[in-house]
Amino acid sequence: MVASANARLRLEASHLTAMFGQHRAVRDVSLLFPAHTVTAIIGPSGCGKSTMLRCLNRMHELTPGASVQGEVLLDDVNIYDNDVSAIELRRRIGMVFQRPTPFPTMSIYDNVAAGLRVNGRRSRAEVDDAVTRALQQAALWEEVKDRLHASALALSGGQQQRLCIARAVAPQPEILLLDEPTASLDPAGTQRIEELCHALKALYTIVIVTHNLQQSARVSDYTAFMYLGSLIEVGRTNELFTKPKVEQTEAYITGRFG
Amino acid sequence: MTGLVVVLCAVAVLALVLILGNLVLKGASSIDWAFFTKSPVPAGQNGGGVANAIVGTGIVVGLAALIGVPIGVGAGMYLAEYGSGKLGFIVRFIADVLNGTPSIVIGIVAWTFIVRPTHRFSALAGSVALAILMIPMLARTTEEMVRLVPHSLREAALALGYPRWRTSLKVVARTALTGIVTGCLVGIARVAGETAPLLFTALGNLNFTLSVTQPMQTLSLQIYVYATGPFEEWHRMAWASALVLMGLVLIISLTARWVTRQRYGSVS
Repeated sequence: MVASANARLRLEASHLTAMFGQHRAVRDVSLLFPAHTVTAIIGPSGCGKSTMLRCLNRMHELTPGASVQGEVLLDDVNIYDNDVSAIELRRRIGMVFQRPTPFPTMSIYDNVAAGLRVNGRRSRAEVDDAVTRALQQAALWEEVKDRLHASALALSGGQQQRLCIARAVAPQPEILLLDEPTASLDPAGTQRIEELCHALKALYTIVIVTHNLQQSARVSDYTAFMYLGSLIEVGRTNELFTKPKVEQTEAYITGRFG
Repeated sequence: MTGLVVVLCAVAVLALVLILGNLVLKGASSIDWAFFTKSPVPAGQNGGGVANAIVGTGIVVGLAALIGVPIGVGAGMYLAEYGSGKLGFIVRFIADVLNGTPSIVIGIVAWTFIVRPTHRFSALAGSVALAILMIPMLARTTEEMVRLVPHSLREAALALGYPRWRTSLKVVARTALTGIVTGCLVGIARVAGETAPLLFTALGNLNFTLSVTQPMQTLSLQIYVYATGPFEEWHRMAWASALVLMGLVLIISLTARWVTRQRYGSVS
């Protein structure tokens, strides 16, 4: 199964600094993301948590003027080495954004298959299987199995976001990055995505950015708190929320600032 | 205030109704089967048609589209996707200046660079003139349509491991496709009625021809010749030709509408 293949996967940021021009959005962050766990990155708006996430699959460098110092190690290979292809890398790391981004000209089926088709030729049957499996993993299969060739825009916001998760997991990535995936969803939609996090960590290593502390407490095994671009504290989620070691963390999680 | 707007609106619509009504009134009676199948007869005789001009319009405008659409759409894609630098600024500036250039000037350019060196008027020269007219229009509309595609869609594709060119083609251009096609059809409809750039390029031809290296008649040129001529019969033919040209443009515009009817829903 995929799980065993990923068992030894290591994702680690080491002295990572991310810049927009002269502005340092992420400052010297070192952080290990253990395999098959959910790691949440929390912090107030503008603390660099989304930028941190976007450094992990080299999306950050697509912004004009952006640059990165330090390393991100994936299985002990620095993904910023010259001989690492950003395009190949992104095929190993799935990403889901704040707002659902289904491709409007494609059907539900084609949306899920999009990442498979770009990743080399496959037979019709292989694509069919992968699409079905991805939709099942995203808990969307039952709702769309009778209208796979309908427009992706016909789905509700919550369904669209699960479709984006299906699209991200269809090529069987090793890591799943979620950038505030429930920011635009209603409570019911949010709950379904959170349940998915629990189910999917058996298959993928998940990193989720959220500014919702309750969400972090509900879904994550580890939580990292960032403030003004720096990593303030990281630990097991239940420990960080019950007995934080740093004063700033305590102030943030008890709602005294941020 | 609302009343004023309604009156102004009525004036605008009235102009269109008057033009169309006049065309039908004066042109429709001269349209028969021969009008579409026969070439013009010598002055003074009755009968004949404008088959040469209808086919000529098709060829000259079709050829112009063949030259202009790839260049115009390609330039627009470039401007939208990579045009933030100096070259983008220059291309955009030139497109804007060209857009404002009187079409007769473009006709003179085509005459200088094609007709004079080859020593002959030709349909091809006319097509090139129309293509030059079309390119800046298409470049700018394509750019606008592509820019309407949300940035988040590009990011989603790139995050899936799409190379940049494939993102541009498969996601961005496809999402903007109905808008781009509409822009092309509107551009084609616009140049189909042009007369000035063809006056000294395609020149006109009283006989039926399919050769693009020969002078060729188009509906607009035919109207010009008939309308400025001294014969009553010619004037009737001019009205009828104008009606046919208007119908052609209307068909292209309707096609544009039909294309925009959304399949899945996209930016248009």
